[in-house]
Amino acid sequence: MIEKINIEVLGKKDTRSGFGEGLLEVGKLNNNVVALCADLTGSLKMNAFENEFPERFFQVGIAEANMMGMAAGMTIGGKTPYTGTFANFSTSRVYDQIRQSIAYSQKNVKICASHAGLTLGEDGATHQVLEDIGMMKMLPNMTVIVPCDFNQTKQATIAIAEHEGPVYLRFGRPSVPIFVRPDATFQIGKADKIIEGSDVTIIACGHLVWKAIEAAQALQEKGISAEVINMHTIKPLDTNAILESIAKTGCVVTAEEHMMNGGLGDSVAQVLSRNTATPQEYVAVDDSFGESGKPADLLAKYNIDTPNIIEAALKVIKRK
Amino acid sequence: MEAQELKNIASQVRRDIVRMVSAVSSGHPGGSLGCADFLTVLYFDKMKHDPRNFKMDAINEDVFYLSNGHISPVFYSVLARCGYFPVPELSGFRIMSSRLQGHPSTDKGLPGIRMASGSLGQGLSCALGTAETKKLNNDDSIVYTLHGDGELQEGQIWEAAMYASAKNIDNVIATIDYNGRQIDGDCDDVLSLGNLAQKWNAFGWEVLEMDGHNIDEIKSTMDKAKSMTGNGKPIVIIMKTEMGQGVDYMMGTHKWHGSAPNEEQLTDALNQLEETLGDY
Repeated sequence: MIEKINIEVLGKKDTRSGFGEGLLEVGKLNNNVVALCADLTGSLKMNAFENEFPERFFQVGIAEANMMGMAAGMTIGGKTPYTGTFANFSTSRVYDQIRQSIAYSQKNVKICASHAGLTLGEDGATHQVLEDIGMMKMLPNMTVIVPCDFNQTKQATIAIAEHEGPVYLRFGRPSVPIFVRPDATFQIGKADKIIEGSDVTIIACGHLVWKAIEAAQALQEKGISAEVINMHTIKPLDTNAILESIAKTGCVVTAEEHMMNGGLGDSVAQVLSRNTATPQEYVAVDDSFGESGKPADLLAKYNIDTPNIIEAALKVIKRK
Repeated sequence: MEAQELKNIASQVRRDIVRMVSAVSSGHPGGSLGCADFLTVLYFDKMKHDPRNFKMDAINEDVFYLSNGHISPVFYSVLARCGYFPVPELSGFRIMSSRLQGHPSTDKGLPGIRMASGSLGQGLSCALGTAETKKLNNDDSIVYTLHGDGELQEGQIWEAAMYASAKNIDNVIATIDYNGRQIDGDCDDVLSLGNLAQKWNAFGWEVLEMDGHNIDEIKSTMDKAKSMTGNGKPIVIIMKTEMGQGVDYMMGTHKWHGSAPNEEQLTDALNQLEETLGDY
């Protein structure tokens, strides 16, 4: 009889609010932190920073390309710029600006991206970027972080100021369970093992970490021991955490609110193929745009919900 | 610096340009030759900077961004000739593992370069960011940029233009290399720029115009532009130039925008350009 998995839920909040609180706090800790926003201050929860540090807040209007170039230029003279807009407008709209002026130019810019993925909900596919992790992880010099809840987003927002170099920080719109301790330390590139297990490894990021926990709890009732890893940093990837876990479990499920092509799953697959070939199942959006709807319904329709993780785990165990 | 001295430097810069592009049979001589006078005056006579002690942060120094990165030959020559890096290094232009990449970059650590450029339209935004940082730092230095005229077809330029006037960025002096030509032909045929002065005016900028091949006029216009900083408005100089200036067969055409002279053509070009400081 396996013991019941008990993860304490500390509340429920949107990850973007974690960003807003983190930005205010890092602004207090570090005078060189400046923030730029492209007309989405309220959506990104940047108002607190704007009110506290009006001289360090730059409203650029609906002009994301200019915002990215400005952020790059602001580093000359020692500032640490945080840009804020939706994930779609933080990446695909300004990919070349990020590529040339930030990544190639090695500028210390923190690209903070909200409303990522399907859980943006009713606005639909124009805004639901599902390709951003892939785009950003392909850029040399870029660090890619996808925190899982309010507390972790706040901690990551503060931690990235201490990292010299460009960072992509991805978070979301809906209110989701909080389970990372408020006093936890966020370490870039160091995965969090949330649940120990021995039959299957579930590696998730962002909103799907909570879904992975739910799946592990359900699997346990079927007598299956699932290990859950919160891979909050997609790049650099914590290769050791993956290899240590599969040495025990021998199979992997990856889960992400992102396109299957180019996401966390592909990063994990690369580690597996270059080290120990291991069965893997993907829980991710399969080559499709999203659509309008309620976030929970969309996760179910696009097969990236808790039941999909459970199903993938059962399938991958059989492939061992 | 005296006009004659600046002319001598510009002549050597032009020799460097044609020799650099000819040596590797690639690069962009036309626009480079057209901007040789301007960049010589800027770097040797107008900018507040410390070439032998390059610091990325540029605290209390003027900053220059080359937004039209394809005219890297003139940029590299001027940087080397004023002391940012050894002049002989110009022979590494566009050669593998060299610090002198085809378009300017920071990753090889070439002193004098603070931002990669090449993909057009981005330099003005970078300049505005640095200008905002200088204001926060109470640093009254100036941020200069240079843009191609064809580059103004990029939308990001106008995002930046709108920001600069709306937010009273008055420590930026942008210059447009108005030679009327781009890679596919005359700007008027490719996509007409319309009335440039009126466009910048309408975007809230102070607009100056100058002849980009008259050293005295460049000097006086730059002085005037500097005197206009700090008054709440961004400043743009529309600089009339001739693509290929100084080499007769490269003038009056767009054909030398992105092609290099062969050995015979190089000899012809060098015969027209006085060697004043010694070739690298």
